[in-house]
Amino acid sequence: MTNLISIKNATKVYSTSRGDTISLDHVNLNVEEGEFITLVGPSGCGKSTMLNLIGGLLQATSGQVLVHDKPVKGPSPDRGVIFQQYALFPWLTAQKNVEFGLRLQKLSKAERAERALHFLDLVGLKDFAHALPKELSGGMKQRCAIARAYAVNPSVLLMDEPFGALDALTRVQMQDDLLHTWERDRRTIVFITHDVDEAVYLASRVVVMSPRPGRISEIIDVPLPYPRNEALRLSPEFAEIRARVWRGVHHHGEGASPDPTSPNSTTPN
Amino acid sequence: MTVESIETEAPATQAIAAVEAERKPRSLTWLYVATLIGGIGLWALAAAIARNPLIPTPVDVVTDGWSIIVDGTLWEHTSASLVRVFTGFALGVLLAIPAGFLMGWYWLARGLVEPWVQFFRTVPPLALIPLVIVILGIGEPAKIFVIFLASFLSCVLATFQGVRNVDTTLINAARVLGAKDFTIFTRVVIPASLPFIFVGMRVALGASWATLVASELIAAPTGLGRMMQAAAQFLQTDRIVVGIIMIGLLGFVMDRLLLLLERRLTSWQETRA
Repeated sequence: MTNLISIKNATKVYSTSRGDTISLDHVNLNVEEGEFITLVGPSGCGKSTMLNLIGGLLQATSGQVLVHDKPVKGPSPDRGVIFQQYALFPWLTAQKNVEFGLRLQKLSKAERAERALHFLDLVGLKDFAHALPKELSGGMKQRCAIARAYAVNPSVLLMDEPFGALDALTRVQMQDDLLHTWERDRRTIVFITHDVDEAVYLASRVVVMSPRPGRISEIIDVPLPYPRNEALRLSPEFAEIRARVWRGVHHHGEGASPDPTSPNSTTPN
Repeated sequence: MTVESIETEAPATQAIAAVEAERKPRSLTWLYVATLIGGIGLWALAAAIARNPLIPTPVDVVTDGWSIIVDGTLWEHTSASLVRVFTGFALGVLLAIPAGFLMGWYWLARGLVEPWVQFFRTVPPLALIPLVIVILGIGEPAKIFVIFLASFLSCVLATFQGVRNVDTTLINAARVLGAKDFTIFTRVVIPASLPFIFVGMRVALGASWATLVASELIAAPTGLGRMMQAAAQFLQTDRIVVGIIMIGLLGFVMDRLLLLLERRLTSWQETRA
């Protein structure tokens, strides 16, 4: 396996009128091809900043971000981004949204339609191809955004709390669907969440981050086999890793948390 | 990713639908009709009690209106006014939209244009009429110019605001799909600011009508403002009311047409005000 993404000593400082805020402080991370990485941590730990550095939407103040051994200079369709707020173009139908990136790749009209419908079918939205985003539920909007990102065939998907705005039942379903899709083509995914359960259930490695300044406090391997399912979620092995991540998030790795094994305990908000 | 999961979202969607059904406003059509009839009735009553020849009754107004419809003078005045309003309004909007886009997109354009827009916005277009007459004379160009200015100033800021309000997440979404500046501008910024532009156009239309009558009061051979001015000299108050009603109706119809166009082009919006 080769490194797809290398973050070397990356620091990001936001300058405001009230002084500088260090969002990311000398962070190092390597992501191998085909990995499913989750970044978990409280607000202000710099996880979104890190994702935006990889995506090219932000530039590091110092340090380097390499993708395919080349420094990231700006956004590229090779790095797909899924936003928490879906970011569908509200004036375009689901199909036209998926075609947006394909049009920029100069595909013919027929090819675009065929590809768009294929990916909409993959996320179960074929019947909604002509629906406007306002006619879709939150989960369906995010499926459409995922189809749009997949359609341009990026080598990595960057997901910024994609299921954060969904209800608990939909979220679990979306997690299973995403894993199912990922298992088929093993495309590299970097996934942000503040939900410890979600972080462990999805990832092959969980990157725990701590705030002020944003740093990686711990990287925890999840040696649980794929495909994963409900039974695994309730297994003692899962609970054990979950507890480790929970402690990492809430106590920066020191001390014990009050009740880390309770199945309902996730980070607040 | 399967279809089954859509079912799990159904209750939430239904709940939203239920809330929206409760909020749906009742139809006000009958109230509108009733208040119009009531208002005209009150007017007739007041005019009958006053018995003053300078206060026209609804019947006087309809009779006079019919007479100038028949002899063609009403149409002559109306068409002259319509041409002025439409030309001034259209020129104003056509220039305001690109100007507003440039101001919203390029700091250079904003810095150069905004002080002038803000300054002239505080000056009522009517206050410019004396100067415009001296420079452009009393012909059509002077009238159209004043209407154009009113229309432009109303629309340019709305367009500018629209561009400033485009959700940055949408711009980022386009960038990560490979879009460059030009594509972002034509395929994201323009459609996203369309609702604001329509608001600006409707305000501009109102401003155009407001300026029209004043501009025709100066010196015009034809036009609704001119017709009313002439009628005033002969104390023909019924004809003045005909003019008022025509201006009101035309303004209303044009506003509705614009609203219809807006609903067609921005029906994708999540919420409707």
